[in-house]
Amino acid sequence: MEVLDILLTVNFWAASVRIATPMIFGVLGALVCERAGVLNLGIEGIFTAGAMAGWMAVWAGADLWTGVAVAAAAGGLFGLIHAILTVPLGLSQHVSGIGVTLLASSLSYFIYRTALPDVTTPPRIAPFRPVDIPVLSDLPFIGPVLFQQTPLTLLAFVLVGVVAFVLYRTPLGLAIRAVGDNPASVEAQGLSVHALRMGAVVAGSGLMAMGGAFLTMSAFDAFFFGMVNGRGWICIALTVFASWRPGKALLGALLFGAFDAFQVRLQTEVGAFLPSQVFLMLPYLLSIAALVAVARKADYPRAMLTPWFKGQR
Amino acid sequence: MTDRPPVLVLDGITKRFGPLVANDCIELTLAPGEIVALLGENGAGKTTLMNILFGHYTADAGRVRVADGAGGLSDLEPGSPGAALAAGIGMVHQHFTLAENLTGLENIVLGTEPVLRVWGGRAEARAKAARLMRESGLEVDLDARIDQLTVGERQRVEILKALYRDVRVLVLDEPTAVLTPQEAEGLFAVLRLLAAKGLAVVFISHKLGEVLAVSHRIAVLRAGRKVGELETAKADRRAIADLMVGREVAASRRSPLEPGAPVLELDGVDVAGKDARRSLHGASLLVRAREIVGIAGVSGNGQAALAALIAGLAAPDGGRMRLNGRPVARHDSRAFVEAGVARVPEDRHHDGVVGAMSVAENVAIEDIRAKGFQHWGFIDFAAIRSRAEAAIRDYDVRCPGPDAPARLLSGGNIQKLILARVLERDPRLILANQPTRGLDVGAQAEVHRRLLAARERGAGVVLISEDLDELFALSDRIVVIHAGRLAEAGPPEALDRGTVGLMMAGHGREDAA
Repeated sequence: MEVLDILLTVNFWAASVRIATPMIFGVLGALVCERAGVLNLGIEGIFTAGAMAGWMAVWAGADLWTGVAVAAAAGGLFGLIHAILTVPLGLSQHVSGIGVTLLASSLSYFIYRTALPDVTTPPRIAPFRPVDIPVLSDLPFIGPVLFQQTPLTLLAFVLVGVVAFVLYRTPLGLAIRAVGDNPASVEAQGLSVHALRMGAVVAGSGLMAMGGAFLTMSAFDAFFFGMVNGRGWICIALTVFASWRPGKALLGALLFGAFDAFQVRLQTEVGAFLPSQVFLMLPYLLSIAALVAVARKADYPRAMLTPWFKGQR
Repeated sequence: MTDRPPVLVLDGITKRFGPLVANDCIELTLAPGEIVALLGENGAGKTTLMNILFGHYTADAGRVRVADGAGGLSDLEPGSPGAALAAGIGMVHQHFTLAENLTGLENIVLGTEPVLRVWGGRAEARAKAARLMRESGLEVDLDARIDQLTVGERQRVEILKALYRDVRVLVLDEPTAVLTPQEAEGLFAVLRLLAAKGLAVVFISHKLGEVLAVSHRIAVLRAGRKVGELETAKADRRAIADLMVGREVAASRRSPLEPGAPVLELDGVDVAGKDARRSLHGASLLVRAREIVGIAGVSGNGQAALAALIAGLAAPDGGRMRLNGRPVARHDSRAFVEAGVARVPEDRHHDGVVGAMSVAENVAIEDIRAKGFQHWGFIDFAAIRSRAEAAIRDYDVRCPGPDAPARLLSGGNIQKLILARVLERDPRLILANQPTRGLDVGAQAEVHRRLLAARERGAGVVLISEDLDELFALSDRIVVIHAGRLAEAGPPEALDRGTVGLMMAGHGREDAA
């Protein structure tokens, strides 16, 4: 019975939302890239770069929101590398993405070590504080779960709406959806396939990096090695789970967050019987199960992974 | 019609793809309100010309000039579909350029709205599209996703896309290829209506009948050149067919041979393919040893089904098929290879070789289980190499060596490699599907020589080709394929190409002759 009681606690739901936040950024970013037809496996490294760049900007004296902007810009920069390699040059999106991940994470660790050669305990910054919104934050249950989070969590929720609006309600979103399905449709209507794809990859990478920034500036207050810990890869899977739709992306991220929050609490309840690693596996296993159930019907962007060259025969 | 000031002038358009001259100094003038048909066989350069007009390709020489509204002509910026659209040129591509995850209306407005606009509804766009549908008779559900629409409906969306931009020139690339006859009739009515309202229409086709039915003027392309232009009203069907397929007859180097025993017999064979292009209806065919049977036809009339059947890649759904006088027990490509069937595939890069594997491996790939190529289940690379070296020497395959990956070879050399692979097995039946398409003259002659030599050695050959010169030069008998049906035309000596051209367009033997 105690196990199910977990699901009724405010604490559990608040933790789910907190854990889901970087995933929301990441899935939205991956979704924007893939909707335009480019798989961005640079996501894991871009998370790391965002985490490092945002944290370092604040550590060097910038305010927190400037730090977020710096993180997004760093992500956009690595996205630009991926975009140049895969869009006009048409190289393998898998190879380029893995390369960007290796480059971005190594470069982040290198810069961190170069800037702080002697520290043993990672220096801390003053991270984002939970917001206190009149009325909303005081609501029972809803208040602590949604409105006592940090500003980045609220931003993530807002961005879900923004990305959905841009994709489904603006000419730009229409062009992005078209270019991921059939680049020829965009070309034949006089738009630039390459400009659209590169723009989407850079913007999507910026979103991914904000997910990384959340880790060092909201969830924690310092930068650790290996702190991204596969979150980027999970976002790639969650994008399929979400069928490339922002609303479902939010749902997928929350589901993952809930699994993760659940396993931590489960450990304390029944941890005596099972090794802790089993619980750590749980959110990933459940994500895979959910993915398998959903992905069969997934409506892939048809032109994903296919480079496009003008005037090819 | 031609007395009106032109809306569009193509001036000396030339385009090369490597050694191939796809368009050779082509001139074309278009006036408002006329339907001009661009007629020619596959590979004549029709689509290339229109892709240059629309900015998908950039011409190597020549220019496109459009009426500037002030009574003059101005040059169109090359290589930009956006510029072509702005100049009032719309194109309905053969392979539709529609995003299938969007609705018809979304495809229509794509690119017409300012990209960075945030607010503003589709109400005006919808009203305009609805008005165009009413005026043109192109009715389609604008809110259905493209992947829910039939091919005919998708084409209507494509045409509406162009009309929505208020085009002055509408190019349609093989628009009837995907339509049923009834849908095609409907399309012709729409085109006549649009032309009557002042639109200039370019209608690309290789089908003589529909060109005569719908156009005012016909421009004939052959091998990248414009070989004739005439008023449809004054055109003679026979004269156009001759113009389209060409009169040059390559000297036949065929020596008379007495055909031997049957190697392939088809008797009322049906193949129910996914679509008409991959179907056969009651096909009967006899191929004997020491003869070449040429299959003439416009591409997409069932050649793919026939080739798959003869290669053992497809099984018939009805009728009888015999190989070497015996009924076929297993329709599987290995059984066919072992029965002595040699396959020269249509798409030699895709179906003929494995690009990443070496020349030597590609030589051995089809009969790797044969005694000479393996030893206790292991591949005998020494044997394969020596076979490959012999192939390179005897067939003059230009390549860095037997270990070079096959993808490095040119099309002509890949074809020689394939010929070396299949002919050295001394086959009894050879399926040669478009064996010289895209090859230069030298490589073509080499392929012809090899096929004739195989015939003299006793093989039966099925030669599927869209090149009438080739068919007339090599074939002992010509059989025409149209809409999945085979019709015996006879020996080339007793035929003229106009007759074959008409049969290719679906006329009966007596009707055509």
